[in-house]
Amino acid sequence: MVNLSVELGDLKLKNPVLTASGTFGYGEEYADFVDLNRLGGFIVKGTTLEPREGNDYPRMAETPSGMLNAVGLQNKGVDYFIEHIYPRICQYKSEIIVNVSGKCVEDYVTVCEKLSDLDRINAVEINISCPNVKQGGMAYGTTCEGAAEVASAVRKAWGRHMIVKLSPNVTSIADIARAVEDAGADSVSLINTLLGMAVDVERRRPYLSTVTGGLSGAAVKPVAVRMVWQVAKAVSIPVIGLGGIMNGHDALEFIMAGARAIEVGTANFIDPSVTMKIIDEITEFCERQGVEDINELVGII
Amino acid sequence: MANKKYMLDMTVTENKVLGSLYGLLKLVPSDGSKLPLTRAGQFVQVEIADSKTTYLRRPISVNYIDEATNSLWLLVRKAGEGTRHLTAASVGHKINVILPLGNGFSMDVKTSDRLLLVGGGVGVAPLLYLGYKLREAGCEPEFLLGARSAADLLMLEEFEKVGKVYCSTEDGSAGEKGLVTANSAFNTRYDRIYCCGPMPMMKAVAAVAKEKNIECEVSLENRMTCGLGACLCCVEKKADGHNVCVCTEGPVFNTKELPW
Repeated sequence: MVNLSVELGDLKLKNPVLTASGTFGYGEEYADFVDLNRLGGFIVKGTTLEPREGNDYPRMAETPSGMLNAVGLQNKGVDYFIEHIYPRICQYKSEIIVNVSGKCVEDYVTVCEKLSDLDRINAVEINISCPNVKQGGMAYGTTCEGAAEVASAVRKAWGRHMIVKLSPNVTSIADIARAVEDAGADSVSLINTLLGMAVDVERRRPYLSTVTGGLSGAAVKPVAVRMVWQVAKAVSIPVIGLGGIMNGHDALEFIMAGARAIEVGTANFIDPSVTMKIIDEITEFCERQGVEDINELVGII
Repeated sequence: MANKKYMLDMTVTENKVLGSLYGLLKLVPSDGSKLPLTRAGQFVQVEIADSKTTYLRRPISVNYIDEATNSLWLLVRKAGEGTRHLTAASVGHKINVILPLGNGFSMDVKTSDRLLLVGGGVGVAPLLYLGYKLREAGCEPEFLLGARSAADLLMLEEFEKVGKVYCSTEDGSAGEKGLVTANSAFNTRYDRIYCCGPMPMMKAVAAVAKEKNIECEVSLENRMTCGLGACLCCVEKKADGHNVCVCTEGPVFNTKELPW
């Protein structure tokens, strides 16, 4: 038996496979395809203090080996999550992690305070890297000061595990990672989407209503692996890797580059059962290579 | 969640070329399992494997479910690289399909109801299965099919097996010349209209229905990613101002729910 369990500081996962926020709804959308209890955990849709309608349609453009999205954090707000969604999903035996977003620091703090009442939420993922909102979001994640400001404010209000999700749209992601580590983050996850753009030349206009959007999918993977490697060398807190993971092989690339856990995002759209296959493929790899504990592979590069 | 969804490998048993732009694919589950119960107006998400330029699945409406042969019919328009790839699939080829998705058309009809099913271009696809289901419910559905020209009127003989068919073509090469909304079919009083086609056509039909106070359902085809209500890409703004996913709250909407 290969040991797949990993520890992100005080957060224990039965395996390193998580689902990326915004690609897996609230888990239940995938219940026909995935044994949700088998996942290391699932990270639910970006949650804000107030309900948000998100951006105008069209919000998606397919690109080579990837896609651009401009959803803009559409969600019904934290109170709706607590009253209506959490009671439905709290039965699952995997970690349920809430991705938290805000247009100001106080929003992040208030959302986390409200989530503190929920027993099953052992971790939040602080999103300072959404490229699709005008206020907050990526604005915080692109400077060390902004990132640290959000992280330290949430740190005071949230006693459980705090993941900070980093933007790749920066000059030095390692510097941002160090800043949030110093501000009290328990772990960092990276990368959020890369800011991109696509033009419909026949119609002479951008594909997205917002002109620019976030690029995800296999196309971003080499950039993401490189950034995970850089960040893992720069900080001592655990790193969660994501960006274009389509299979177990991709997941292992991130793990060897320094990720203690990984998130699967866009791949869920193409194969809704892909997370189960990734767990199986990681296990098979370890068996084939005689690896008894997945932790042996973390950061070997 | 409404009905259980399945991800199945399906084998192509027939691939018929329809004109230069369309293909009719017939698929059966590769493992011999029975196709899940599917409502008219629901859709499937088709994986486009081995294509260099296509990354995501393609949403395709259910054209017909042939229970006798356990086969799913998909009427596909070559709209881009992905659908072109799909229509090139040879007999015996395996295609991964997620189904059934979305809500489907309302079936709360009385046998005395007069029903008009209006389709434009490839939008005629879901109306064939709907026509059969309405017949099963004891109704006598009528069809109004529109296209640019006679060559773009798809599966006419199939529709004629189900009910009376009116046609409109923009160039007058078949049926009446002009848009579907000008067709003499509208001289009759209908109790309900079901419509699927290009957005301007659906809006025009919805306007006629509204003016005559006829119930009208339309099937939208917003650009989708997951088809499961997770990514929130395919949203449509409803009359109440809220964005909803076309893949789960639709693709069929009563036009009263839309700000049209």
